[in-house]
Amino acid sequence: MSNITLVEGINLALARAMEDDDRVVVIGEDVGINGGVFRATAGLQQRFGPERVADTPLAEGLIAGMAVGMAAEGLRPVAEIQFAGFAYTAIDQILNHAGRLRHRTQGRLSCPMVLRTPCGAGIHAPEHHSESPEAMFAHIPGIRVVYPSSPAKAYGLLLAAIADPDPVVFLEPSRLYRRFKEEVQDDGEPLPLDQAFVVREGTDVTLVAWGAMLHESLKAADELAADGHFAEVIDLATLKPIDFDTVLASVKKTGRCVVVTEAPRTASLASEISANVSEQALLSLLAPVARVTAWDTVTPMFRLEQHYMPDAERIAAAARKVLEYQ
Amino acid sequence: MTVAATFEIRFTRYLLPEGREACDLPSFAADPRALVPDYRAMVFMRALDAKAVAMQRTGQIGTYASTLGKEALDAGIGGVLGKHDVLLPSYRESGVLMLRGVSPHRTLLYWGGDERGNVFPESPHDFPFNVPIGTQMPQAAGVAYAMKLRREPRVALAMCGDGATSKGDFYEAINAAGAWQLPLVVVVVNNQYAISVPRRMQSAAQTLAQKGIAAGIACEQLDGNDLIAVRDVVGRALERARAGGGPTLLEALTYRLSDHTTADDATRYRSAEELKEQWKQEPILRLRTWLHARGAWSPAEEQALAKDAAAHVQKMVQAYLDTPPPGPEQMFEHLYARLPRQYAWQAAELGEETERDVEHHAG
Repeated sequence: MSNITLVEGINLALARAMEDDDRVVVIGEDVGINGGVFRATAGLQQRFGPERVADTPLAEGLIAGMAVGMAAEGLRPVAEIQFAGFAYTAIDQILNHAGRLRHRTQGRLSCPMVLRTPCGAGIHAPEHHSESPEAMFAHIPGIRVVYPSSPAKAYGLLLAAIADPDPVVFLEPSRLYRRFKEEVQDDGEPLPLDQAFVVREGTDVTLVAWGAMLHESLKAADELAADGHFAEVIDLATLKPIDFDTVLASVKKTGRCVVVTEAPRTASLASEISANVSEQALLSLLAPVARVTAWDTVTPMFRLEQHYMPDAERIAAAARKVLEYQ
Repeated sequence: MTVAATFEIRFTRYLLPEGREACDLPSFAADPRALVPDYRAMVFMRALDAKAVAMQRTGQIGTYASTLGKEALDAGIGGVLGKHDVLLPSYRESGVLMLRGVSPHRTLLYWGGDERGNVFPESPHDFPFNVPIGTQMPQAAGVAYAMKLRREPRVALAMCGDGATSKGDFYEAINAAGAWQLPLVVVVVNNQYAISVPRRMQSAAQTLAQKGIAAGIACEQLDGNDLIAVRDVVGRALERARAGGGPTLLEALTYRLSDHTTADDATRYRSAEELKEQWKQEPILRLRTWLHARGAWSPAEEQALAKDAAAHVQKMVQAYLDTPPPGPEQMFEHLYARLPRQYAWQAAELGEETERDVEHHAG
């Protein structure tokens, strides 16, 4: 057991996967001697050599496309895109190839690759370094989208993503990289994909969140508890496919649902979850499903980012409105 | 001022358009009979291509991208590519796949709108037809990286058109192949047109081969309508890559004698005179003239071949027509290794709809 941060959890999982499986390779910009700009790959090149931990030329489409080719040819590539805001040229490869290679060859070729990228706002980064494109990835058939919220989840979910026979886009909340530590056992045990986690039980309202927003939701739950309202908090963890069983079971118990995302509102995953809850749990609902999201604006530069991302206060306010709904 | 760098691009051609030898031939062509199997493959490709176009016109397949004019490239590359090498084709490389052992009825299945056209049991590592332009190039770099990492004597060979050389994917891939000295051979099939846009509009570069100079890799140009040049130049590039000598970019000059696809009308953007001139350069007549002149091929053999080709085409057409369409459930099969339980209800709902349709038609 060691007490580690989320980014150290990523590093530990990468090292464990590389140790256990020769097919695992890490590629990306500055992932080698530099250990990644966030140090997620620190020490890996020294330990596993420059062929298995390779700095690529600076081209995100190349990185994703190479991962597709490597995966189809039998490796287990873990490709890093330095920031989610630079992943858009990689989407071509994920959408047109990674997600459909298995189907379009009827199982002849497959694409067991992981595309990791830091995601989200809140770290006072330059422009284009604070994006939340999870809904764009979640729209792509044939892939999984995973978004950890803690060091232990980062470790266990990344191991699961690397072992998964299909492509996984693994979005890492950069705001949580060093926010807190957690005891993690380096036992090589993956956490289940396609499954949400109830991280706090409650009876009055269900808060659904992921990544950094999970922690804002937990804070909001504390505030609500002070007023005597008990929120159940769900960490969605896998954003595609979404574990609606867990979400719906909770909403059927609480009768109320607030979905939180730091991505823009329109066509967000909050919208998708809201629609599904409304379709499948209408008669359990005591109030309309609420969405707490970023605004439909571009991600602002960091002087305004605190006003862009939802926070505990905004979440608690939305929950109160739902709780008071007549 | 001093000169920082200079370069030259070599061009290889052995057979002149009229079928005469331009220079001494490589040793593999010393016995012209050795090239007869390639010639037979080229004639068959053209026969199948003509049939595929006719099948599109009569609604038996969908939009189809003709291979007319690139038969020497497909036969030559298919002939020299090793069994354990990996081909990353564009959508126009059905001829190469045929030489890889893939049954040509797969081509009809693919353009007939059926994923099973990308199932290549005979060449299981080859990539499927690639429709987005140039996206197979970074994948080819990844395939070559895997081969190099595992110290395998294998090569990735990727093919694309002249239009693809304008894309970042193309440059990113050849650049990375150079940086890592990957066992990658890229063949640009310069057929002079990207749909309607002529080669001169794609780039001010004097040759497309010289784009390899910027990537620091070996690069040369060849006559893609000359089977002997294709076999020679591609074969040498493959052997160099296999021996650890790094990647090569090849620009093969050819001409798209057909429309871009059956959905295109090339008379909108090129003249009948231009097309007529290009027919004088085409690869099959050129090779046949040479084989005749060298006494390696007779009119009787030509007649017999035409008959064989027609019969084989008919067999492939029948194999395609005998393949029933996939059931709707195929959409969910192979989407993931195991369909996540979250999507099971969608597959079930599709199944119910299908049943209702069947009942409706039966009723």
